[in-house]
Amino acid sequence: MIALGLSLIFGVMRVINFAHGEMMVWGMYVAYTILLWTGVDPFFSFLVSAVILFILGYLLQKAVVNRILDFPEAMQVLPLVGMAMVFENSARLIWGPDYISPQSRFALSSLSLGPLTIDTPRLMAFSIAILITLLVLVFLKKTDMGKSIRAAADNRLGAFLVGTDVNKVYAVCFGIGTACVGSAGGLLVPIMPLSPYIGAPFTLISFIIVILGGMGSLTGAMIGGFIIGVAESIGPELITNIFHAFGLDLDFPHTMKQVVSFFILIVILILRPQGLFGGRKG
Amino acid sequence: MSLLELKNVSKNFGGLKAVHQVSFSLERGEILGIIGPNGAGKTTLFNTLTGFYKPDEGEIWFEGERLVGLKPHQICKKGMVRTFQIVKPFLELTTLENVVIAALNRTELIREATEKALQTIEMVGLKDKAETLATGLTLPHRKRLELARALATEPKLLLLDEVMAGLTPTEVEELIRLLKEINRRGMTILMIEHVMQGVMALSKRVVVLNYGEKIAEGVPQEVVKNRQVIDAYLGEEFGNASN
Amino acid sequence: MKKLYLFLLVAFVALLVLPKFLSSYALGIFIMIFFYAYLGQSWNILTGYTGVISLGHSLYVGIGAYMTYLLTLTLGLSPWIGMWIGGLTAGLIGLVIGFFGFRFGLKGVYFVLLTISFAEIGRLIVLHLKVFGSFQGLFITPHFSAANFQFKENVPYYYIALGYVIFSMVVVRLLERSKIGRYMIALREEEEAAESLGVNVFKYKMIAIFISAWMTSLAGAFYTNYLYYLHPGTMMSMAFSIEIILRPIIGGMGTVLGPVIGSFLITPLAEISRTYFAKAGYEGLHLVIYGFLLVAVVLFFPRGVISYIKKALSSLLGG
Repeated sequence: MIALGLSLIFGVMRVINFAHGEMMVWGMYVAYTILLWTGVDPFFSFLVSAVILFILGYLLQKAVVNRILDFPEAMQVLPLVGMAMVFENSARLIWGPDYISPQSRFALSSLSLGPLTIDTPRLMAFSIAILITLLVLVFLKKTDMGKSIRAAADNRLGAFLVGTDVNKVYAVCFGIGTACVGSAGGLLVPIMPLSPYIGAPFTLISFIIVILGGMGSLTGAMIGGFIIGVAESIGPELITNIFHAFGLDLDFPHTMKQVVSFFILIVILILRPQGLFGGRKG
Repeated sequence: MSLLELKNVSKNFGGLKAVHQVSFSLERGEILGIIGPNGAGKTTLFNTLTGFYKPDEGEIWFEGERLVGLKPHQICKKGMVRTFQIVKPFLELTTLENVVIAALNRTELIREATEKALQTIEMVGLKDKAETLATGLTLPHRKRLELARALATEPKLLLLDEVMAGLTPTEVEELIRLLKEINRRGMTILMIEHVMQGVMALSKRVVVLNYGEKIAEGVPQEVVKNRQVIDAYLGEEFGNASN
Repeated sequence: MKKLYLFLLVAFVALLVLPKFLSSYALGIFIMIFFYAYLGQSWNILTGYTGVISLGHSLYVGIGAYMTYLLTLTLGLSPWIGMWIGGLTAGLIGLVIGFFGFRFGLKGVYFVLLTISFAEIGRLIVLHLKVFGSFQGLFITPHFSAANFQFKENVPYYYIALGYVIFSMVVVRLLERSKIGRYMIALREEEEAAESLGVNVFKYKMIAIFISAWMTSLAGAFYTNYLYYLHPGTMMSMAFSIEIILRPIIGGMGTVLGPVIGSFLITPLAEISRTYFAKAGYEGLHLVIYGFLLVAVVLFFPRGVISYIKKALSSLLGG
């Protein structure tokens, strides 16, 4: 779902949101704060995260992103990287640098489905994520705003000429993208410890997913996310087994799982940069 | 031996036959015009000739050597250079610097390249703009810059892509004179052109493309009387009118 | 133009005598200014001049640093020699990355992601190698001697770092006026046009990335023997890559002075605000300001500070 947000942003505006991960972390913090203050569980309060992040994203787009749309890419990277630093470090200032693991009602419970044991937070996160993804897809397909977004993605000038308020559309789109990420954050609170610095790996991973799935393809983002998730989980073990099969006394440690994803990224970039479902090249 | 020879050159994009089985040849010292309605495949042909596209079919010979499979910079070294329909000056550089880069095609020495560049700039009439940044040039000047760059590579064959588009009649006249002079000095020219004034004045022969295919070839005066050619152009007009 | 050279000469002389007047702390800041100016200049060759954007340059610094360390450790090789071998290695890795990128026509965002991927993979690999200290990083015990590139005081480092900067400026200036450099600029401006005018795109991009990577990694040797602590998390990270590109972008890409000016502007700010705010208990605030600054500069000074300085100077001095 994080990738979904990113795909939306890049597909429509061709801007890389380097602040994506860091904004997600804010989403996490918001949910956490709500939990702390009101005791409301993140599985509900993620909606608040979503709203707040939507607003943040909308504002960010209007203030910053909109102005850099036509800049050469090197210049586009910087402001968002700057914002990433702002988010990351203001989070640190507000909530402190240490890891926090809030307790949620569901945190430790798990469900037994036949031979599988799935822990509840992940299951709930998973289902809600799918739900939201579907909602976003429906929104894009059916509503006017959704159609405007898709039109603007296809042809910015054309959309402008037929009267679409392109700036507003972009802002909404960016906002939705960040809302996705904010929700993701909220949902992740019960699952992982929270710190201001965990955003960066997420940004990178979501890029990998988006490229793999295809920029601008939302189904691609979903499938890409799935593939990467699986690759990172079983990849290291698989590779270790391959090493041993060849007689190499080498282990591929789990902490290196990102290498698997990056490797996939490199391969995809070389062979099929438009990703699995992407339309245009480049 | 012809300077340039095409045989059954085709280029497809998906299902679209942008260029289909086009054949013609070009003799040394000639000026050959390529005309045809918009979308006829003219620029695609240029791109294929200069190595930006690889033809799906057919052969291209330049001075008897096969060109298919060569990259654009290699083709330039062989002596065939092109200009672009939408001019692409090196905007952050001055006119002189632009042309020096082109002149470096034939030499490793900056000094030599600069001399050559200055000569070329003078020939196209941009001498007083030599130190101006390309961003500061008007369109007609940018077109001359494009031409100067191409000339500075010391080609044997010059491919001009709609070099007269967007110019006033006076500017067109000047360019015609310039091109005649360049041709007089031995340059072979293949030009895509929409501006009929230029085509008629310069071309010894003309090739007409429509929907990617060659539909006529010959002396300009005869080609314009050709039934098919007239239909092709009128078709374009009527097509536009009824939309 | 002559006025510029005069100014530079004066500045150079000033920098030469500065150590007599400055405290060790202040010298340290200058060293950092030079260090980042050099790194930025090396990156500038690939991105500012050739137009190929790389966000993985920290990889090369890491290669340079770790290789010189390794060579000293295993072969007793002085870093002064080892750094050239490290440089060559980095250059070759750069060629590999360049090969994958250029051969397959990756541009813009896609190439950036390629550079990031390689850098991250590099970082993760080094992070897991025991010989390089794994997760704890590597503490180096200094054996002070000139041959070892290790000195007790900041003054020698100051001059060495200054030397690095001058070296990079000379390289870039020479490139600017050479055929290679001009071709690189042509590639940045209009790749297709350049190609049609005889520029071998692949060849010159590869040359650019080789030089850039090679030069960047030479700074690694400095890093190792100045900070005495190596950790891939700092040295081979995206954050470091970003620091590298920050100064040339703010100062002005594609110019000789850009990275230097950028570094003179940003580095002191970064260093001082970091210490100041940390002392005041607001650690991390300097980075927030940094971030906002970054945003502001790009929005309002997109061509880099140097283009505005040039305009201002030319109207002041009459050209």
